[in-house]
Amino acid sequence: MLIPHPLLGPRDAQEFTYLGDAALLNRPDGMAADAQAAFNDYVYLRDNPAGVHRELWFHEQGDRSWVVVTRNTVTHEILGAELARDVALAAKAGAA
Amino acid sequence: MRLAGGLIDLGRTLRFTFDGKPYEGHPGDTLASALLANDVRLVGRSFKYHRPRGVFSAGSEEPNALVELRSGARREPNTRATVTELFDGLEAHSQNRWPSLSFDALAVNDLFADFLTAGFYYKTFMWPRALWEKLYEPAIRRAAGLGSLSMQPDPDAYDKGFLHCDLLVVGAGAAGLAAALTAARAGARVILADEDSRLGGRLLSESDRLDDAPAGEWITKAEAEFASLPNIRVMRRTTVFGAFDHGVYGAVERVSDHLAEPGAQVRQTLWRITAKRTILAAGATERHIPFRNNDRPGIILAGALRAYANRWAVSPARRVAIFTNNDDGHRTARDLLAKGVGVAAVVDSRADARATGDYRLIAGATVSGSKGRLGLTSIEVTHGGGTEWIACGALGVSGGWNPNVHLASHHRGRPIWDEALQTFLPGDDFPAGMVVAGAAAGQGGTAAAMASGAEAAVTALSALGIEAKRPTLPRAEDAAAGLQPLWHVPGKGRAWVDFQNDVTVKDVKLAYQENMRPVEHLKRWTTLGMATDQGKTANVTALAVMAELTGKSIPQTGTTIFRPPYTPVSLSVLGGGDSGAHFRPTRLTPSHEWAKAQGAVFVEVGQWMRAQYFPQAGETHWRQTVDREVLATRKGVGICDVTTLGKVDVQGADAAEFLDRLYCNAMKSLKVGMVRYGLMLREDGHAYDDGTCARLGEQHYVVTTTTAQAGPVYRHMEFARQCLWPELDVQLISTTDAWAQFSVAGPSARRLLERVVDGFDLSNEAFPFMACAGLTVCGGLRARLFRISFSGELAYEIAVPARYGNALMARLVERGADLGATPYGTEALGVMRIEKGHAAGNELNGQTTAQMLGMGRMVSAKKDAIGTVMTRREGLVAETRTLVGLQPVDPAEPVVAGSHLFAGDAAQNTETDQGWITSACYSPHLGSAIGLGLLANGAERLGEVIVAANPLQGQRVALRVVSPHFIDPEGERLRV
Repeated sequence: MLIPHPLLGPRDAQEFTYLGDAALLNRPDGMAADAQAAFNDYVYLRDNPAGVHRELWFHEQGDRSWVVVTRNTVTHEILGAELARDVALAAKAGAA
Repeated sequence: MRLAGGLIDLGRTLRFTFDGKPYEGHPGDTLASALLANDVRLVGRSFKYHRPRGVFSAGSEEPNALVELRSGARREPNTRATVTELFDGLEAHSQNRWPSLSFDALAVNDLFADFLTAGFYYKTFMWPRALWEKLYEPAIRRAAGLGSLSMQPDPDAYDKGFLHCDLLVVGAGAAGLAAALTAARAGARVILADEDSRLGGRLLSESDRLDDAPAGEWITKAEAEFASLPNIRVMRRTTVFGAFDHGVYGAVERVSDHLAEPGAQVRQTLWRITAKRTILAAGATERHIPFRNNDRPGIILAGALRAYANRWAVSPARRVAIFTNNDDGHRTARDLLAKGVGVAAVVDSRADARATGDYRLIAGATVSGSKGRLGLTSIEVTHGGGTEWIACGALGVSGGWNPNVHLASHHRGRPIWDEALQTFLPGDDFPAGMVVAGAAAGQGGTAAAMASGAEAAVTALSALGIEAKRPTLPRAEDAAAGLQPLWHVPGKGRAWVDFQNDVTVKDVKLAYQENMRPVEHLKRWTTLGMATDQGKTANVTALAVMAELTGKSIPQTGTTIFRPPYTPVSLSVLGGGDSGAHFRPTRLTPSHEWAKAQGAVFVEVGQWMRAQYFPQAGETHWRQTVDREVLATRKGVGICDVTTLGKVDVQGADAAEFLDRLYCNAMKSLKVGMVRYGLMLREDGHAYDDGTCARLGEQHYVVTTTTAQAGPVYRHMEFARQCLWPELDVQLISTTDAWAQFSVAGPSARRLLERVVDGFDLSNEAFPFMACAGLTVCGGLRARLFRISFSGELAYEIAVPARYGNALMARLVERGADLGATPYGTEALGVMRIEKGHAAGNELNGQTTAQMLGMGRMVSAKKDAIGTVMTRREGLVAETRTLVGLQPVDPAEPVVAGSHLFAGDAAQNTETDQGWITSACYSPHLGSAIGLGLLANGAERLGEVIVAANPLQGQRVALRVVSPHFIDPEGERLRV
C-alpha cells in the first residue's frame, strides 16, 4: 500500500503506524457536565464501515506527522490524505 | 532420449545424481530435461495413492515432478524439476516413497482407493471422537506430505529491495518483449521480469520463425537493444508472484538458485516493485484431458513434449502418440517428426480433423486407457465403436490453453468465459493500472501476441503522458486452434484431474452427488487445486466436469478465487534476511564497550542490550554479584547506565500547558530548575507510563518515559500535540539517543560527583532533592544533572552527549575508587526499586490504575488531562486492590512473581482470589525474599498474614502484608 503523504508524496505504508478511526480527533471536553458519557462514546464506540473510512496513521519511520487518510475499506483505494493537525485546526475553527 | 539441436550446450557436461545414481546433463538443461535425456521417466509418487508419476509439464505449473533438491542444510523439498536449472554436482531425491521409488510400500493405498475418495477425512475419522487426536491425526500426518525439511537453519543470505518504474512488464515472451521494446524505446522507465533464465517465453519452445529466421535471432537482437538502453531493467529468473494494492507487485528474484552454492551472492531477493502501469503478459498454461489411468509416467502435456524437443532436445521416448482436441496437438506431432521422433498416432477427438503431416491420424477418437506400471507402454484408443492398443513410450495430451489470468484476478476480479475460445479470459476488473496482453489475454498466436503487447504498451504509456510508437514487428504466423471442447473421456476407472492432490473425475462426481457443487465447496471437499501447484493444470477442467454434471454452463458454475503467490515463495525470502540477530536492530548503551571490558553480563531489554550485572572474580552465582552491587550502592555509591529510558525534549510557549494536559498530576506549577514525578494515563483511565518531568527553562522541559514505552509514549505525545491540541505552541523531539544518562546513587553520590563537576555547588541547600540544572563537567563538557532517585538513596542522574557516555562511566568509577564506586546492572536496579516500592513495568502493565498503584490522589480533578474523566468510572473507583509490600513469615521461603494471593484459610479459586504478586526479588538489605503485589483492600491490611499460591509448582507461602516501601519509608535518605 502507498499513502500519499501531504508533505512528502507517496510513501510505503510500512513507514506508518496505524491507529484507527479519525473520530479520535474529536476529543470531548473533560470539564463538561456530560463528560462521563461523552468519553465513554469517544473511547469505546467506533463505526466499522464497509466503504469510505477516515483513519489516523502516524508516519513513525518518517517525519512523525499524524495523517488523516481517507480509504475505502472494501477496495483499499486511498482517496486522500491530510495532515491531522490541519484537520483538527479546521474542526476547532468550525466549532468556535 | 537426447535429440539434436535445441538451446543446450552439448560441449559441456554437468554431473548430477538422482536418488544417488549418477547422470550427466548439459548447460541449458533443467533437472527434468536432463532426467528425460537419461530415459528416467519415473520421478515421484503421488500424494495420496502413491501412484508412480513422471514429468508432466515443462514449466512452473508442474504437478508431478517434485523432488528434494540438494542435501544437508540446503535440502529443499517439493522443488519442481521442470524449473530447476541443472548445475554441476546437483543432488536430487524422489519423495513420498519408501523404501524406494520403484517399490513403494504405501502404494497399497492405491488398492484402497475406494475408501480414500473425496471428503474421506471428514467421513472416516469421525468416530470414536477420542481417537482423532491419539490415532487418526498422527497417522494421517505421518502418511501425508511430500518432501521433508532439513530441520537445520537455512545457511544462505536473502535480501529485500524496492524498485519503481513507469511500466512493469510481467513475462518476456512474444507479447512481453514487444511491449518492453515499445516502452523502452519511448524512454519510459521499464522493468521486464520473467521467471525463466532466458528471455523469449514460449518462443524458446517453438519452431516458429520470425522474419524468416529462427526466433532466437530476434530475441538476441531485442536483448542487445535492452542492454543498450539505460531506462529498462531486465530481470531474469524473477517471478512476479502477486499484485498488491496501489500498483505494488511482489517479485522473487532467484539470484543464485541455479548455482551449487551462492558464494558471496544472496540466494534470492524479494522485490517490492511499485509500478505506475503494468502489462500482464504471463502467457498461457496448457490443459489436459482426463482419461482412465492418465497419470502414468510418460503421459505429458503436448506443448511440453514439443518444448522438450525444440528447446531442450529431448524426448521421453522414441515413439510417442498425441491426444488432442485442437490443431495445436498436430503442431506437436509435426515438430517431433522434424526432430526425428517417431509418432505412433495422433488421436483427435474431432471427427473432421485432418492430418497436417506424415503421421497416422485417428480422427473422432479418444484415448480411453493406458498400460505400463512404472512408465507408459501403450494406450487404448476408442474409435468407431471399437478399441485398439497402440504401443508408445509417451503420450502428449492437448486440451487447449488456459490464459494465465492469475495476477489480473488478485484483487478479486473475476475472469470471463469466452465461448469461442472455450477458455477464461481476464475480465474487466483488473488491479488499477494493469493491461493484459498476449496469450494471457487470449492472443495466443505469435503475431497476435506481439501486436497486442506493443498496443498494450502504447495504451499504458499514453495514460502517463508518454507517447510511444508502435515498433515494426517481425513477420510471424498465427496458428488457428480450431478447438472442440472435450473435458474428459467418459468411462470406468479413475481419470485424474488434479495430479498433485490425486483428485479424479470420480471425486468431482462424488462431490456433485454429495451436493458440494459450488466451486468453493468442490475445492475444499476434494482438495482440488489446493496443492503447491494451485491446480494450474486442473481447475478449469474440474470446473467443466462439474458444469457437465449440473447441466449448467461453465460461467454459471463459476471460478475459484486467485490469490498470491502465483508460484510458491520461500519463507526465507519473505524474511529477506531479517532473521537471527538481524531480526531487529540491536541498540547498545553508550557505556556498552566499557561494560563489556568489565566482563558484564548483558540482557536484552526490547531492542537494547543492557548490562545485567558485573561479575567479579570469585563470584560463582549471579545473585552473589547482584547482592554485592546492591549493598555497595546502599553503603557507598553505585553507577548505572540508564540511557535507555526514553527522553523527550518539550519546548514552546505552551509547553507547561501541554504537559499539564498530558500528565494526570499537576505540572503547570513546576518551577524552573525542578523535577517532578509524572504519571500518564490512557484515555480509558488506566495507568499508561511514568517518568520524570524536568523544567530546564521557562519554555523548556525534558520528560522521561520507561524504556519499554519510549516509542509508544512519544507517538502518544505527538498525537496529543498534532491531533488533540494543535493550537498549542509546543514542539517535541526524542533525545533518547542523544544523551547518555547515568544514575549515581548512594550516600557517597555527592562526594563522587563533586570530583567531576566544574565548580558546581552540589550542597543540599543549593541543589536540593528534585532539583535539575544544566552545567559542565570534566573541564567544559556540557551536561545535565537531575537529583532524582529510583533506589531510595541520595541519588543523581547525570547526562552528557551520548558520545561521551563511555568515557564518563569510566571516569566516575575511576574517581570513585576510594568511595567504593560500583557499577551496577539492571538486576540490582530492579532489586533496589522493589525495596523502595517504586512501580515499574510489572505494575504498569495496562491493567492497573493510579488508585491501585497508591497514586489515586495524584489524579487532579481540577483539569482535563488525558484519562482523568475515565478514572471516575464506577468500576475503576470500586476497585480495591492496591499495591502492598509482601514479606515471607519464614525468611527462608521464596516469593514468586505471578503467585495469586488468598486470605489465610480460604479455599483457592477465582471467587476467593484477592490479587497477585507483581514483582519479587531477594533483598540483601532485609535478608529475605520480598515482593510487591496488588491486594484487595491492601492499604488496610498491613500486618495481616496471607497466602501466596503458586499451584504450578505446588507452592503455598505465608506472607506478611507490609508497606511497599521496604527502605526508608519516610524518604529521609533522599533529602540529605
